[in-house]
Amino acid sequence: MKTLLKGGRVVDPANGIDGVHDVLIDGDRIERVGRNLPSNGATIVEIPAGLVVCPGFIDMHVHLREPGQEHKETVATGTAAAVAGGFTAVACMPNTAPVNDNANVTSLILAKAAEAGLARVYPIGAVSKGSHGELLADIAELKQAGCVAITDDGHPVKTALLLRRALEYAGMFGMPVIEHCEDPTLKGDGVAHEGFHAASLGLRGIPGAAEALGAERGVLLSELTGSAFHVAHMSARASLRAVRKGKEAGVRVTCEVAPHHFTLTDEALGTPIPYDTNMKMNPPLREAADRDAMIGGIVDGTVDVIATDHAPHHYDEKKVEFDRAPFGIVGLETAVSLSLDRLVHAGLIRLSRVVELLSVNPARILGVEGGSLAPGARADITVLAPDLKVRVQASTMQSRSKNTPFDGWELRGGVAGTIVGGRALFVNPEARVSL
Amino acid sequence: MTTASEIDKKPAVTALRHKDLLGIADLSPEEIGLVLDTAEAMKEVGTRPIKKVPALRGRTVVNLFFEPSTRTRTSFEIAEKRLSADTLNIAIGTSSVVKGETLADTALNLEAMSPDMIVLRHSSSGACHFLSRICRSAIINAGDGMHEHPTQALLDAFTIRERKKQLKGLKVTIIGDLLHSRVLRSNIQLLTKMGAEVWVCGPPTLIPTDIRRFGVQVSSKVDEAIVDADVIMLLRIQLERMEGAYFPSLREYFRVFGMTEERLRLARPDVMIMHPGPMNRGVEIASEVADGPYSVILDQVANGVAVRMAVLYLLAGGAEHEDAA
Repeated sequence: MKTLLKGGRVVDPANGIDGVHDVLIDGDRIERVGRNLPSNGATIVEIPAGLVVCPGFIDMHVHLREPGQEHKETVATGTAAAVAGGFTAVACMPNTAPVNDNANVTSLILAKAAEAGLARVYPIGAVSKGSHGELLADIAELKQAGCVAITDDGHPVKTALLLRRALEYAGMFGMPVIEHCEDPTLKGDGVAHEGFHAASLGLRGIPGAAEALGAERGVLLSELTGSAFHVAHMSARASLRAVRKGKEAGVRVTCEVAPHHFTLTDEALGTPIPYDTNMKMNPPLREAADRDAMIGGIVDGTVDVIATDHAPHHYDEKKVEFDRAPFGIVGLETAVSLSLDRLVHAGLIRLSRVVELLSVNPARILGVEGGSLAPGARADITVLAPDLKVRVQASTMQSRSKNTPFDGWELRGGVAGTIVGGRALFVNPEARVSL
Repeated sequence: MTTASEIDKKPAVTALRHKDLLGIADLSPEEIGLVLDTAEAMKEVGTRPIKKVPALRGRTVVNLFFEPSTRTRTSFEIAEKRLSADTLNIAIGTSSVVKGETLADTALNLEAMSPDMIVLRHSSSGACHFLSRICRSAIINAGDGMHEHPTQALLDAFTIRERKKQLKGLKVTIIGDLLHSRVLRSNIQLLTKMGAEVWVCGPPTLIPTDIRRFGVQVSSKVDEAIVDADVIMLLRIQLERMEGAYFPSLREYFRVFGMTEERLRLARPDVMIMHPGPMNRGVEIASEVADGPYSVILDQVANGVAVRMAVLYLLAGGAEHEDAA
């Protein structure tokens, strides 16, 4: 069965396309992209003027919480949130209970993903058994079961030696090591960015240097081993400097920034709602100079990826004293709107750069299909409505958890539809398109 | 009915138009002045043979203390009783928190019994803000984590004003563990709002980031910080800070920062020595100074009752409430 997406603006930077084109889909694959393609019996789907057709977005940093913490999220609810947020695929972190350090857990996640039949799920395995930082996990087994990268996310890899070994060993399979960069002694029992706002609210601080030390360590070890190293959820300007220097020196380092780190600063700890636990995440919201540096890195190309660090928590867990609340916020259903509003409409980057950050680069770094609408590619497509007025509403989110700091925000730009393997799995009724 | 001309005749503020007292951050200089003026009247109550006025008769006040406290809890309880409130003390050891109940549930269960005010002491910064969002009762902050301890700052200001007549223009030097101190955060906000020149002093390891943005002078040189000081306030050094490597030893802390009679000569001849308690003699303060002629440490404790009476009275509606009753 063939479908012809007709008349939309196609933005496909991997193939140098940005203009009004038609996209012919045959089953679960792209047949071709071109101007005024004949229908030849294909079902025609008119894409209204102003909408944008891109290769499917991939969020390479989410916590799906299953197995073990299904009260926060499941693979089914998390992938429903993903497609509602314009993501055709997500990569999920291994800090489940039990930890994804063996093929059984990986297979369970993949089985749940297949059962849900929504966004594609790429499991990320643990670096170390139990993520305890002592012994390497069975990485070949993880790879074979379907893991695309390894990380001890939630925490940094415990020692420099273990990180070195992980880089060397995973390099054998072409898997990147994704690192939660942090010096645990400098982080201590901190709960917020170390700066004026934490000082004035009496919150224990986490300096940017705690993250940058981890980033520096990773860049040095990536250089030593020649293996690919990816800095997760980067927030501090000193970390960006480490990545930039590494790239200039030819080190195989990449990095991602979360929407909250290019949108918010630590000022949000005190206003409008003082001690709002939805402003608590790790790494924390940093000061304006760090936020501006993240935007600078997105603009100048140092930052490779926008990833959400989608971290659902049940409202009971967040409805506590600030220092007792868990770190993390949901992000899958706000990332695209924040990227369009804060980056594109702010005049900082073009749409094609958004597609690189959300599709082309995550696919390349993880070594998975996607990021391209070339003939034969999987028909994973995100349709954007860049001028749609979006009002963020936590209560109607698909995610099982509603811990967003953006509830009630009005943003310009949203998702019109999400197509995975040729099937339209999400259609935004506001966008007036029938996929 | 109030007419415009009547409003003109009234002083700028006659009541605390807040539901809660969460911190000095929320108070204007006029409101601080009102609390201090009201406390003067309340202090007189404490000198009577029958130390009781009916201002809060029929009101229920819960003292909810999640941290051990002798001075503050006792002070609040005496203040409440002198205002004829019905008071109830809940301390952590006897509460259901030890059974794993959340702060929100504890508070909502108390609320179900319709108290008018909750005086909260808690180890988490922001605990009072949190309760104020979910409770109808007025929340009075009796110390939240490292954030604020507003009634301590108010009683300190009252004690200074008693001796020095006004706060404006005074040099006040605060020395000690600045990083972990809620007393510091309330005091620097109050004192700078009232026009005092505030110096803070301590080892760099115990100075909060960007504290200058509060409008204070910062130094790690005691002798510079206390020159010509009108008031020196010493903060408690907690013994467990050594484990965090904030300073090498109590002996060394005393050598560098301890307030001694000799050092005191750099300050004004009529300097006041203050300490919010509990003191570590021989660590932040020499006994000779604590017990000496410049010390007003026990006056602070005495004034605490009057200031807390003023806060309770004003939050309950002050004179307006009495008119209505």
